Amino acid sequence: MKPGTTELQPDRQLIAQLTGFSRFARAQNFNVGIQESVDSQRLAASIDVTNQRQLRIGLKTLMCSSVGDWERFDTVFDAYWKREQPRQNTQASIGGKAPRQSALAEPRQHGDGAMFDIPDANALDAQGASDGNLGHGGASATESINTRNFDQLSNAAELRSMEELAERLARRIRQRLLRRQRIDRRGERVDMRSTARASLRYGGIPMLLSFRRRRRQTPKLVLLLDVSRSMSVYSYLFLRFARGILGAFKGADAFAFHTRLVHIGETMREPGRRKMREKMALISAGWDGGTRIDKSLEAFNRHYARNVLGSRSVVIIVSDGYDTGEPEELCKQLRRIKRRSRRLIWLNPLLGNENYRPSTRCIMAALPLIDIFAPAHNLESLSALEQHLAGI
Amino acid sequence: MKAALDKMRQRVTDAGYIADQALLTSLWLMSELNRPLLLEGNAGVGKTEVGKILADVFDRSLIRLQCYEGLDVNTAVYEWNYQRQLLAIRRQEILHEEGLSEAQLFSETYLMKRPLLQSISEEQPTVLLIDEIDRADEEFEAYLLEVLSDFQISIPELGTIKASSIPLVILTSNGTRELSDALRRRCLYHYIDYPDYDKELRIVLARAPGIGANLAAQIVAFVQNLRQQDLRKVPGVAETLDWTAALLRLDMKSLGDNPDAVVATLGCLLKTREDIDAMPAEVIHGLVAKAS
Repeated sequence: MKPGTTELQPDRQLIAQLTGFSRFARAQNFNVGIQESVDSQRLAASIDVTNQRQLRIGLKTLMCSSVGDWERFDTVFDAYWKREQPRQNTQASIGGKAPRQSALAEPRQHGDGAMFDIPDANALDAQGASDGNLGHGGASATESINTRNFDQLSNAAELRSMEELAERLARRIRQRLLRRQRIDRRGERVDMRSTARASLRYGGIPMLLSFRRRRRQTPKLVLLLDVSRSMSVYSYLFLRFARGILGAFKGADAFAFHTRLVHIGETMREPGRRKMREKMALISAGWDGGTRIDKSLEAFNRHYARNVLGSRSVVIIVSDGYDTGEPEELCKQLRRIKRRSRRLIWLNPLLGNENYRPSTRCIMAALPLIDIFAPAHNLESLSALEQHLAGI
Repeated sequence: MKAALDKMRQRVTDAGYIADQALLTSLWLMSELNRPLLLEGNAGVGKTEVGKILADVFDRSLIRLQCYEGLDVNTAVYEWNYQRQLLAIRRQEILHEEGLSEAQLFSETYLMKRPLLQSISEEQPTVLLIDEIDRADEEFEAYLLEVLSDFQISIPELGTIKASSIPLVILTSNGTRELSDALRRRCLYHYIDYPDYDKELRIVLARAPGIGANLAAQIVAFVQNLRQQDLRKVPGVAETLDWTAALLRLDMKSLGDNPDAVVATLGCLLKTREDIDAMPAEVIHGLVAKAS
């Protein structure tokens, strides 16, 4: 990289201020490394720094690395420069992405979609490195939270951090699946047998080489989340999990159902956090009611299955199975889903309870149709999902 | 810098693209710092267009790499021309010639350059547009990272090929998948949002020169209102321009003249059945009335 083209030697105060801002932005979880600091000095050297608008735009494009950053940069910029002199109050939390401690301390607000106001997923992943590995070879610091029952969380802060972990876990699952496949892979090599066969046309000269290549594909996940009243303890947590899945798995989709089915995949993918929260609040009106699994699945089959499901699809239903509908109808719908997909998984949060036996008529009728009936009462059980997804 | 920016704005405008100050600054900055620019934004806001314009503005050739699931090194970087190699060997055998060494066999003669390699081996710097990077696999993303930081590509049989010129790199993403932190870090970033009324009006006027000011204003007002509706696929600028072209073909002078034609041409703006179902004729007529 060549040195600054217009070397004007900006004054010392400005250098100090810019350095201060770089540190400030870093403390606000912006990706500001040495390169960015150096580039910001080069930027300042070549623009009219008294023009605050130019400085703002320049630093914005330099320091942001996601939509979330883009949306909150102006607040951070104003907070620093409007004070005129550099402050190194790195604890201050500004904009949507607060440092972790304060995010956890904030009271949890139900119903208005506030649970989606989360620190950026990238930052979460970075923290994950120090937080242990969710039960896969990590330190034991998070062990207790991995095996903690979702319905035994005592306060809002715990619940919130659990939701964060669930979303992060979803991303991890994909990474681990890919790693597994990468080890399996023997490389892209010439397939001698097929090459010899193809060479017959050319009198035995191997003109056309055939290659053997393992197609590496991850399953297409389709989540169907029960958000009825009996599931209300878990709904937000699974929604966060779904958001993680949608962010990590290509072609994944998500639906929520109570008495009717709502397509939430598009909304949860909404890159702007603020916009997503608004939409989610709109959609979630009327949740926490009764459950009609059969009706919801029928709606799924009728309107979405054709587009959403394919040979690589894994359908994951998250529900406690308390349903007021007819078991025959449910089975009929499950059979239709099964025909169109690779695997049908039913996650039941109640299964974690030792005293629980699947006894409702619905579950009993559906059991023979379900490929995997697994608990989903803590992070460990969610993490086990990975095994069921491998090899598809 | 002001002069440079003004010059840039002039050239971008001449090329028929309406860019705001922020985007111009980003573009100027990427050429100044020689760093790739990651453009994010919804479909149809003109991300890909930026790459094309940039090539125009700097008078460079544009090399485009369209990413997709399963994109690999052979399609993106280089491949050996096996057939040609085999023919060369065969020819040598038949003619009993000497001297086709292995080094010759794996020389540039038999190398097929794909976009990435091509963009760094041109004599004149190029503009490299890596479109929809989020569709490519993580592995490719990691590989790309290596190319973008060192601007060199290593080919096992040939050794390392250093860039003879550094291209301007634009990456676009629709956000179907989270990109890696490393790649984001490597790039400058710009988020392109749907244009506001004034900007979109300028775009329509620039792209559809024959259009009456009245109709253009109505079209833009209509689309701006439509974006506020709860739609699955929000129409982008590309859709606005398509629709404008359609209305011009129908010789419309004003939306209010023929609201039914608006309903009939709605397929230019709304691309899913759900959205069309969600916008019955009455709603459309209401929007038309609001726009005129």
